[in-house]
Amino acid sequence: MIEFRAVTKRFDDGTVAVDHLDLSVAAGTITVFVGPSGCGKTTSLRMVNRMVEPTSGTVLVDGVDVRGVDPATLRRGIGYVIQQAGLFPHRTVLDNVATVPLLSGWTRRKARARAAELLELVGLPRELGSRYPVQLSGGQQQRVGVARALAADPPVLLMDEPFSAVDPVVREGLQDELLRLQAELDKTIVFVTHDIDEAVKIGERVAVFRQGGRLVQYAEPDELLSRPADEFVSSFVGRDRGYRRLSFVEGTGIEPREVPTAREEAVAGERVAPDAWTLVLDGEDRPRGWLPPRSTGDSAPPAERVLPGGSLYTRGTPLRGALDAALSSPSGLGVVVEEDGRYAGAVTAEEVLAALREHRVGPEEHTGGTR
Amino acid sequence: MLDDLSRYLGSESNRELVLTQLVQHVPLALLPLVVGVVLAIPLGWLAQRHPLVRTALLGSANVVYTVPSLAFFVVIPGIIGTQILDPVNVVAALSIYTAALLVRPVVDALDAVPAHVVAAATAMGYRPLRRFLAVELPLAVPVLVAGVRVASVSNISLASVGALLGVGGLGALFTSGFQTSYLPPILVGIVLTLVLALVMDLVLVGLRWLLTPWARAGGTR
Repeated sequence: MIEFRAVTKRFDDGTVAVDHLDLSVAAGTITVFVGPSGCGKTTSLRMVNRMVEPTSGTVLVDGVDVRGVDPATLRRGIGYVIQQAGLFPHRTVLDNVATVPLLSGWTRRKARARAAELLELVGLPRELGSRYPVQLSGGQQQRVGVARALAADPPVLLMDEPFSAVDPVVREGLQDELLRLQAELDKTIVFVTHDIDEAVKIGERVAVFRQGGRLVQYAEPDELLSRPADEFVSSFVGRDRGYRRLSFVEGTGIEPREVPTAREEAVAGERVAPDAWTLVLDGEDRPRGWLPPRSTGDSAPPAERVLPGGSLYTRGTPLRGALDAALSSPSGLGVVVEEDGRYAGAVTAEEVLAALREHRVGPEEHTGGTR
Repeated sequence: MLDDLSRYLGSESNRELVLTQLVQHVPLALLPLVVGVVLAIPLGWLAQRHPLVRTALLGSANVVYTVPSLAFFVVIPGIIGTQILDPVNVVAALSIYTAALLVRPVVDALDAVPAHVVAAATAMGYRPLRRFLAVELPLAVPVLVAGVRVASVSNISLASVGALLGVGGLGALFTSGFQTSYLPPILVGIVLTLVLALVMDLVLVGLRWLLTPWARAGGTR
């Protein structure tokens, strides 16, 4: 567990980077510090491993005041992933990953064996180990950065805008990878970002900072989006927070309905002439696209009239996916699939909204007495 | 004139003399280079870490470099207690020049190491000295070698003044040539100085090549 107690950081030029921060980060969770630049989120992070010393107040890691621990020793026990990966350009990927074990006195052979394991853990082929960082893509460098931070198996991981320098598609992959790793490793992670989407995706708890180093709200992502503490938070979390919040609404209320379906082979064999939108399925029941209803004057064979489908909604996942599936489908019917990708039914946008209404009414009734 | 030159080099004793001076010149020029580099690195490290030290050191390095070499030769024996004609005086003076010349390149080379790489090293748990030796210094090599190459050429030519103190080296060929108004030894001295400078430069380029395999690894992006 990491605890900030009345922590203030005032730099020599008088600027207050962090202003009376009281916050505790639960063990085994991902906590995100988010806010605009100059809000003190990185400074706060760096006070955990003494890269920055507080002007007043105390930072505790597992109940121990970090000021009582030798900085180098403290840091070897805390993983750190820096912006732009910060890999050592003059060392091979393998030796980069082996850095902390080597500093902690492991033999070279043992450190390298451990490093090779970690490359695998973060999804990189072992062959990359002998390359230099400059020979990797930005996304690969970030993975190496994460592997290096995990090398000595520290219980705490600090991540300072680790994915901000890579393009959005790669970033999303890295975020998913981090969540997968965390499910496996159960570290205490503090993650700094200026991107609220990243914050609500990654964080189990999100701390929103504002300029002047003040913590304005510390809450779970769902609460942050539904009940922003003030004007600043609501403007910071953005205009489409209502839509984004659907990511946190369980899709249990969705009852997929049956729609007309046809096999790909049947469509190709021109044996289909539907009266309504028909979902085309492949041999394994996976959706392939939509066949529009027959209209007069249609001469093209059915196989050529099949439209690509919208996004697919996996049953039981949050409502955001269901609404998106309905809105992106040419038929207005969002395709619902099972976890293995097989067709399960379809849902309209109206039905998603009804489920949402249900969700909104439900909890209010339960908590009605206390509000 | 070519006749003069071939006659000069035709003599066995002249050739031997030239070789002796060359052999004496190499340590006079290179020993200070090594000492200067070894002095400049910690000085540059200090300068890079503390803004005040930086201003003071870079300023005084400039002043030191403007002191005439002959003045050094006169003053140094008084300071380190050597005889006025001791070759050590030349080595000491040139070492000071080299260090003065190299402090700025060392600072520049250390400044060129990306800040986020240094921060990452700190965060990994490097203590300052080890971080300097294992991360900052190796990454400073490309810029540093550029400075050392200048200092190397400068030393090889400056070492000639040692002849004025009678400590030998290729400078002795110049002094004897001037005294007798005889051109060939001067020409031979100039050519050998150039060749020596060129060879040393190649050695330094080779050294950089050996020390920076990572800089040759082309990016795939």
